[in-house]
Amino acid sequence: MAMKLNPNKNVPEVDGLKNSAIIRKQLNDEESYFHMVMRRFFNHKLAVAGLIVFTLIILVAALAPVISPHDPNKIFGEFEAAPSSTHLLGTDPVGRDVMSRLVYGAQVSISVGIGAVAIYVVIGIVLGLIAGYFGKWADMIIMRITDVFMSFPYFMVILVLVSIIGPSLFNITFVIGLLGWPAIARLVRGSVLSIKEMDYVKAGVALGYSTPKILFQHILPNALAPILVNATFGVASAIIMEASLSFLGMGVRPPAASWGNMLTQAESITVLSSQPWLWIPPGLMILLAVLSINFIGDGLRDAIESQNAK
Amino acid sequence: MLQYIVRRILIAIPVLFGVTVLNFFIINLAPGNPVDMMVNPSATPEQLAMQKHELGLDQPVWAQYWHWLTQLFQGNLGFSYSTREPVTQILVAHIGPTLLLMGVSLIVGYLIAIPLGIICARKQNSWIDYLVTGFSFFGISVPHFFLGLGVIYVFASKLLLFPTGSMNTLGGDGGLIDTISHLVLPVAVLATGIAGNMVRYVRSSMLDVLGKDYLRTAKAKGLSQFIVTNKHALRNSLIPIITVIGIDIPMLIGGAIVTEQVFQWPGLGLLTIQSITSRDYSTLMAINLLAAVTVLFANLLTDILYAVADPRIRYD
Repeated sequence: MAMKLNPNKNVPEVDGLKNSAIIRKQLNDEESYFHMVMRRFFNHKLAVAGLIVFTLIILVAALAPVISPHDPNKIFGEFEAAPSSTHLLGTDPVGRDVMSRLVYGAQVSISVGIGAVAIYVVIGIVLGLIAGYFGKWADMIIMRITDVFMSFPYFMVILVLVSIIGPSLFNITFVIGLLGWPAIARLVRGSVLSIKEMDYVKAGVALGYSTPKILFQHILPNALAPILVNATFGVASAIIMEASLSFLGMGVRPPAASWGNMLTQAESITVLSSQPWLWIPPGLMILLAVLSINFIGDGLRDAIESQNAK
Repeated sequence: MLQYIVRRILIAIPVLFGVTVLNFFIINLAPGNPVDMMVNPSATPEQLAMQKHELGLDQPVWAQYWHWLTQLFQGNLGFSYSTREPVTQILVAHIGPTLLLMGVSLIVGYLIAIPLGIICARKQNSWIDYLVTGFSFFGISVPHFFLGLGVIYVFASKLLLFPTGSMNTLGGDGGLIDTISHLVLPVAVLATGIAGNMVRYVRSSMLDVLGKDYLRTAKAKGLSQFIVTNKHALRNSLIPIITVIGIDIPMLIGGAIVTEQVFQWPGLGLLTIQSITSRDYSTLMAINLLAAVTVLFANLLTDILYAVADPRIRYD
């Protein structure tokens, strides 16, 4: 049987046909794993709704210069003007158009969310692969460092670090990325520990493949599903974190527009009670963005987990 | 069991050491110098140097670390760079309000989440299940500062039911009723997040257990629904719930920074922000260390509670 599965073997014509049928079936099976996850995901109504909303927010961020009614930093004559046809959401205390700032704020949230998670997923994967695959002292050291990083209350350390190296869009992304990896590293390490005992990995070792090839081509693809789910929720939490930091004045700073720093004005009780157009729209945008990503993550988790349970 | 606890504490020691190192170096690699912030701009370079010498800031970083660590072992957290008070004294003054706020929020959050989670699992896919799931998504997604501003807008500014912030009315008697009325809004905000997160775990954990054979047996031998759900099922679904509680405990120290800022609640969160603004590094280090120790302690407690809740878990 093993011979038949090898398409390169020189076998009679009839067997060759049979072989290609077997290979085709295997390919179909493989494809259907992906398809099944996709189908389950797209049957999840909230997840699809989340995907649509999040895609729209990304489009707004990407097309900000085209969509935005005004220059977000242009100062108009009227301060704190109520919503009108020229300024759909009014103007802020400096006289800038709130709608335009809202549109440009999407760029900040999306880039911190995706940028920070991209950084820590890479760090987490590399450290997790090393710890899980090599074991022994490498595992010991990496896991103790993970413990140390996990012992700090996440938001507090990010707040302190950002305030020390200076608040800016790049620094927030960098700091969240630098501190977010421990959960991913643990996840990857756990998957690697079970995957490395699989026959196909042992076969790879026996065939003399290089260690990086085994790690990244044979082990990693089989550990991707839980990473994807974790990373999706991570984007939501990074967006909340940026908004909170900017709200506290330790994030993206004016004049640059961020949904979080637009809410800072509402700490004044006059703005809060008599100019709701200044703070409710950016707050709702944060809620909408985070909610849509959490729905996507939930749908992904359901799709992947029920697949694994079968 | 005792042996396990002792070993867990021994493992926590190197981690704690790593925490002190990371904590110290993160904060002391900062470019800004606290002395520049606190003396008046007209001070001569000699005065500046003397000030730095007084605070030990002219020594190399590792020497400062060693000094800080040895002092730490003697229970001395140093003096605040900005007010010159002992850091311990400052922490003690701010820890009470935060423990009160977070303690009440955690209890309220769990009291909402656990019964709701059980009901959702018993009535899966009913309207109440959908409603609670919707609430839970809202709870985990809404930023605390937005929800905080929202409830201040509605309940304090428009309906005038509760005060907008701080812990006691200025110049008031500071009585219990006064504190409770100040607690309601921030607790509502924090408990929404805590409950929204917890209810998902209770629900899925209960769903898991309700499908088990021994529950069918319990029902078959005629036990009431109440006992089956709340004794047999709940006890067996405790492990994930304990895990979430273990993750939540550190919030007692570091969980309310943003909420405390919105409501001007005089706790550790507000202290953190003040210390950042005034570059009071000795206070910041102490808060960070306190928070990290709480995390380590909570992890240990979680592991012990696992064994209490589920005797099948054995440590060796």
